[in-house]
Amino acid sequence: MKLTVNGTAHEVDAPPDMPLLWVLRDLVGLTGTKFGCGMAQCGACTVHLDGTAMRSCVTPAAAAADKSVTTIEGLSADGSHPVQRAWAELDVVQCGYCQSGQIMSAAALLATNAKPTDADIDSALSGNLCRCGTYLRIRAAVHRAAELSKA
Amino acid sequence: MNDLSNASRRKFLKAGAVIGGGLVIAFTVPLVKRFSGGGEAAPTAPAAAPVANAFLRVGSDDSVTVLIAHSEMGQGIWTALPMLIAEELDADWSRVRVEHAPAAPVYAHTVFGMQMTGGSSSTWSEFERYRQAGATARALLVQAAAQQWGVAPADCRVENGVISSGSHSARFGELAEAANALPAPEKVALKDSKDWKLIGKATKRLDTPEKITGRAVFGMDVKFDGLLTAVVARPPVFGATVKSYDAAKAKALPGVRTVVQVPSGVAVVADHFWAAKQGRDALAVEWDLGPNAALDTAALKAEFQRLADTPGLAAAKAGDPAAALKQAARTLKADYHVPYLAHAPMEPLNATVKIGPDSCEIWAGTQFQTLDQMVAAQITGLKPEQVQIHTTFLGGGFGRRATPTSDFVSEAVHVAKAAGQPVKTVWTREDDVRGGYYRPAYLHRVQIGVDDKGMPSAWQHAVVGQSILVGTPMEPMMVKDGIDATSVEGVADSPYLKGIAAHRVDMHSPNTGIPVLWWRSVGHSHTAFVMEGLIDELALAAKQDPVAYRRALLKDHPRHLGALNLAAEKAGWGTPLPAGRARGIALHESFGSIVAQVAEVSVQDGQIRVHRVTCAVDCGIAVNPAGIVAQLESGVAFGLSAALHSRLDFQEGRVQQSNFHDYVVLRLGEMPQVDVHIVPSTEKPGGVGEPGTPPVAPAVANALAALTGKRLRELPLRLA
Ligand code: FES
Ligand code: FES
Repeated sequence: MKLTVNGTAHEVDAPPDMPLLWVLRDLVGLTGTKFGCGMAQCGACTVHLDGTAMRSCVTPAAAAADKSVTTIEGLSADGSHPVQRAWAELDVVQCGYCQSGQIMSAAALLATNAKPTDADIDSALSGNLCRCGTYLRIRAAVHRAAELSKA
Repeated sequence: MNDLSNASRRKFLKAGAVIGGGLVIAFTVPLVKRFSGGGEAAPTAPAAAPVANAFLRVGSDDSVTVLIAHSEMGQGIWTALPMLIAEELDADWSRVRVEHAPAAPVYAHTVFGMQMTGGSSSTWSEFERYRQAGATARALLVQAAAQQWGVAPADCRVENGVISSGSHSARFGELAEAANALPAPEKVALKDSKDWKLIGKATKRLDTPEKITGRAVFGMDVKFDGLLTAVVARPPVFGATVKSYDAAKAKALPGVRTVVQVPSGVAVVADHFWAAKQGRDALAVEWDLGPNAALDTAALKAEFQRLADTPGLAAAKAGDPAAALKQAARTLKADYHVPYLAHAPMEPLNATVKIGPDSCEIWAGTQFQTLDQMVAAQITGLKPEQVQIHTTFLGGGFGRRATPTSDFVSEAVHVAKAAGQPVKTVWTREDDVRGGYYRPAYLHRVQIGVDDKGMPSAWQHAVVGQSILVGTPMEPMMVKDGIDATSVEGVADSPYLKGIAAHRVDMHSPNTGIPVLWWRSVGHSHTAFVMEGLIDELALAAKQDPVAYRRALLKDHPRHLGALNLAAEKAGWGTPLPAGRARGIALHESFGSIVAQVAEVSVQDGQIRVHRVTCAVDCGIAVNPAGIVAQLESGVAFGLSAALHSRLDFQEGRVQQSNFHDYVVLRLGEMPQVDVHIVPSTEKPGGVGEPGTPPVAPAVANALAALTGKRLRELPLRLA
C-alpha cells in the first residue's frame, strides 16, 4: 500500500488491519512515534492524519492510505516548530517517552485554536498520559507555544 | 534505514580516529591514567576494552564527552553528572556531550558496588567521583599549558574551556594531546563551594533536543538489519508453567518466523511487532496453573489482618509499649491499607539481544547493568565481560527496570538464544500491568496511647506485607535477622517513634506468590501515608493545629522543622481559604532528603480535587535546582496517581486490571499547581527522584479529613 509520511511517499507491504503505529515504526522505520498502550488510552502514538491528531495504535494502515501522515520527525526539520521551541524553553521533558505524542497533540490543538485556555488544553491533551508527571510544564508550554506562533 | 549498530560503530570509528591522532584525554578515577582504547587496534576489538573506560573525554574539537555510569530515566542524571565534571573542569557548558557508559566494573556504584541506578542515589554517590574526574582533567590540561608556555600552573586561569596566562591562551582541544602525555596527578584539590559556578545553578536538561524531535533512542527504538521482534505468552497466574502448546495457527500468520518455548512462557518471533502480537494471540497454550491459582485480594487482606494480631519480628523496640498503653489517657487503634501497584512506566518493557559465538550484545533501558550482564553470561555460557550492554534512554523506570532477577532482560536473552537470531522482546501494556514485580500491598495495624495532653506515650505498630528482598540475590546483603528494612523504612526509623519511650514495630513478611519489587520510594510509598496520617489523627484528637503538633514532636530534628516550617509558610498555612477548600500537611524523610508538602483540596461532585501542592525540600546541597523542582513535581504526580486512582486486584489468581482504562493514573486535568521551595543547605546532597512521592498521599488525606471530618485510611482514597 502507498503511504505519504512527512511528505515522502512510501510503498509498504502491510496487511490492511495493521495499525499505522507499527507501519510507521517497524516498516517505515520512523521510531519517534511511540507505543504505550495499544488501545487509545495514552496518546504516546499520536500523529497527524491530514492535520488531525490521531492515535496511530488504533488506526488501521488502510485508513491512512490516501492521506498525508505527519509524525514527530516531520513536524519541523530542525525542532523549530513553536511547540518544540516552547518545550525546550520550559524544559518540559523528563524520560521523554510520552513527549512525541504530547507535542503532536499540542500542535494539532494550536492549529485550530490559536489561543487555548487551560480548559482547552486539559481537554485536548487529556488523552496523553505522562507517567513522569510533566503535566504542569506541558500546560505552560502550550500557552508559550501559542505566543511563539503569533510572533 | 537507520541502523543502530552501524551508528554506534560510526561513532566508535570517529572516536578511534580522534584517538589515532592522540587528541583524547581519558582516564579512570581513581587516578589511573588510561587511553580510551588502544589507538589503531581499538576499532577492530569492540568487545574487549570498552573504548570509554573513563568518565570523560576531551576531544581535539574542544568537546567534553561525559560518560554517565547511571541510567537516564527522566530524573535528569544526564545533566547533573556532567555539571559535576564541568564545574571542576571549568568547561564550556555548550560543548558538553553525554553518553551512557558501557557495562564495566569501573562504573560500579560507589556505595552499592554494582553498576545500577536506584535509591535516589546517583547524584550523591557520584558527588566526589565525578568532581574528581573533572578536577583531574583540568589539572592535566593546566600542566600541559604551563609547560608549553614556561609558566607556573598556578599562574594559569581556566574559564569556559579556555586556559590562559598573561598573553597566552589555548582551548582545551589544542592542549588535549599534550595533556594526554602527562602522568595524572596523585591528588587534586576540589573547588571550595563558594567558587562554584554551575553547582547550585538551575541548569536546563541536556537531553531535550533529541527528546522533542523523536530522535532519542529508547530500548523500544533499537533496530538493525536482521532484527526480529518477539511477543511472549506468559502465565495467566504467577508460577504457572507451560503444559503444552499448539503454535500451528500462529506459525501460519504472515510475518511469523518461529515459535519457541522459554522459561517464562512461549515466544512468537516475527518480522515486526504486529505479526508477533497477532501470533501470540493465536497461540493455544495449556498451563499448569500451579499453587497460586486461588490468589484473591480479599482473602489476602483477611490473612494480613490475622497475621497483624500475632507476634512478628521486632524491627524496632523500646520500653514496654503494652504497659504504657494501659497507662495511657486515651488510645487510638487504626488499620491502614495500601494495594498492589504496577509501575507502568510509559515505555513498556523490552530488550534487544544479539548473540554471537563469543559475544552477547544487549540493548536495553535498564537500571541494573551488572546483574543483567551476569545473568546473560549464565544463560549464554559466556563470561560477563563478553556481554556488552548498550544502555538506551529509559522511558521511565520507577524501579521496574531494576529487577534482581533481571526478568525482562534475561527473558530476552532466552528468546534470542532459542530463536538463534537477534530478537527484540517487547511487552504489551497488558503484559506489563499483569507481569508482576509490583509494589506489595501492606496492612499497618497500629495502637497508640496518648498522655493527658494528647502527646503519644506508647506506640505499637504491626506492618504486614511481602518482603521485596527475601529470595533475591540481594537478600544476604540487605536482610538482617529476617528484617527487610525496605518493608519498615519510614516507621522503624521514624523521628516520631524515636521520641516515644515505649514503642515496638512488628514485621510480618508473608509469602503470597506474587512477585514484588521496589516502586518509586519503596517502603516510604506506604509508611509515609500511615505515619503522617496517624500523626494527623493524633493532632486533631488533641485539638491541636497539625503543624504545631508536628513542631512539638520534631523539636530535636532541625532539618525536619526547617522543611515543615518552610512548606507551611509558603502555603499560607492558617490563612483563610475559599469555602469548600482545606489544607493538609505531611512531611517525610527518605533517601537522605526531607520533604514537607501542603495539599489544598476540595470535593466536587463527589470527586477529590487537589488544587495545589506546596513543597519544601531539604536535600542538602542542591546540585541542579531546576532538576530538583522537576523531580518534586514528578514525585507529586506519581504519588497522586496512587493516592487517587491506582490499584491491582486478584481473583482466581488473575490480575483484574490490564491497561490504562482500568489501571488508572493521573491525567493532565487533575494535575495540581505544584510550588517547590528548596531549603538552603550545605549538608551533603540527598536524593530527589523519590522523596517527592511519599508525602503527597497523606497530605491529601489529611486535607480531606480537615475538609470532611472523615479519616481515610486506605489507598486509593475513596470518599464513599
Ligand atoms: S499507544 Fe496509542 S494511545 Fe497509547
Ligand atoms: S516524560 Fe516520561 S512519560 Fe512523559
